[in-house]
Amino acid sequence: MNHEMPGSAAWSAPVRAGRTITLTALADGANATVLIVGADRLDRLNIPDTLKSQMSARIKPGMVLMSDRGLALATVVASTLDWHDCLTGALPDRLLLLELTKHGFGEADLHGCINFFSKVAVADDPRASLAYIPGHAHAGDTVTLRADQDLLIFVSTAPHALSDGPAAGVAVQLESPAHVEDPDLREEAVRALRLTRELIA
Amino acid sequence: MTITATTVALDSVVEAGDGALVSVPTGGRLRIVDLHGNQAVDTLFYDAHDIDNRYSAFDTIREQRAVFLTTGSRLISTRLDELAVITDDTCGRHDTVGGACSQESNVIRYGEFTRHQHACRQTFLRYGAVAGIGQRQLAHNINFFMNVPVTSTGGLTFEDGLSAPGKYVEVTASRDLFVLISNCPQVNNPCNGWDPTPIQLLGWW
Repeated sequence: MNHEMPGSAAWSAPVRAGRTITLTALADGANATVLIVGADRLDRLNIPDTLKSQMSARIKPGMVLMSDRGLALATVVASTLDWHDCLTGALPDRLLLLELTKHGFGEADLHGCINFFSKVAVADDPRASLAYIPGHAHAGDTVTLRADQDLLIFVSTAPHALSDGPAAGVAVQLESPAHVEDPDLREEAVRALRLTRELIA
Repeated sequence: MTITATTVALDSVVEAGDGALVSVPTGGRLRIVDLHGNQAVDTLFYDAHDIDNRYSAFDTIREQRAVFLTTGSRLISTRLDELAVITDDTCGRHDTVGGACSQESNVIRYGEFTRHQHACRQTFLRYGAVAGIGQRQLAHNINFFMNVPVTSTGGLTFEDGLSAPGKYVEVTASRDLFVLISNCPQVNNPCNGWDPTPIQLLGWW
């Protein structure tokens, strides 16, 4: 399945375990805000757990996106970019909230998100000051996730909250490969994948 | 003559690994005292009249354009309302990226032997229940007194604390709030100096 989202749109889809979802920037400065809900429709992406278990303040290839209850939701198997923002959230977005509502979710389910294709640089100063980097992503940049359990994925193409550039489209491609190798992963990520496969995948 | 009476409304000790749910009215000041030093205090804020309007770590970080919290930091909700402001801080900086420990995340980080150790999210669920705060409402919290350096290369670590005995942080409520606190029981990393200790809560309103 291949779907081209225009800028400032929201969309959602179920993604079965083992399938891949590839996001492709259709123009420079694209942003794809992503929320993920797990197979039981209560467990969800937990950004702090994802970051602290893999000692990273950004999302990059070779990371497992962890759920609130310590399971693997998806693995970032490839990306042309090594920095996707996950520290600055998204502005309240009516379209994204409507998309959640379609699936029986609501405002309470708006937890920390990933802003794929966006970078907010951190300074080595006493407060770890932040600066949005314009033009981090270019048309054609991609990120590929492998679902590690049955997921619901929510995508918004609203511009990043710190961007003053125009909204850009993002293509979403779902594929069903026979097998996707694990990338090189930290021990914690391997443990999350093993537990997930033992329990529900 | 106007007399402004501000009484001590709260003075209690939260033991290591225990928690509290505190109602703080608009304008009330809540002080959290790190009695023994290097104690992480996991804290969530909710609009007392609508718990879906709750503290949002990442909206707070974005709106202040900085990762660490200290005096002057406005604690922002998911609806971009100001819930509270940090009005005093003798520690210097506080984390809001590291989240709370849970039994499940401990297993991922440290191994299966930690599965049944007490964890902050157990405390949050226990003390939050009376206010209707359940699993869906557990957002990403502040870790007062906790030191989680975030670097320009995108790294993140848990380090020894910057706090010391008697250091405190004070927040002033911008609206009526529920403040949900877990005095962190974590013993597998340096966030509590490997030895969780009691904290004191002081309130004026």
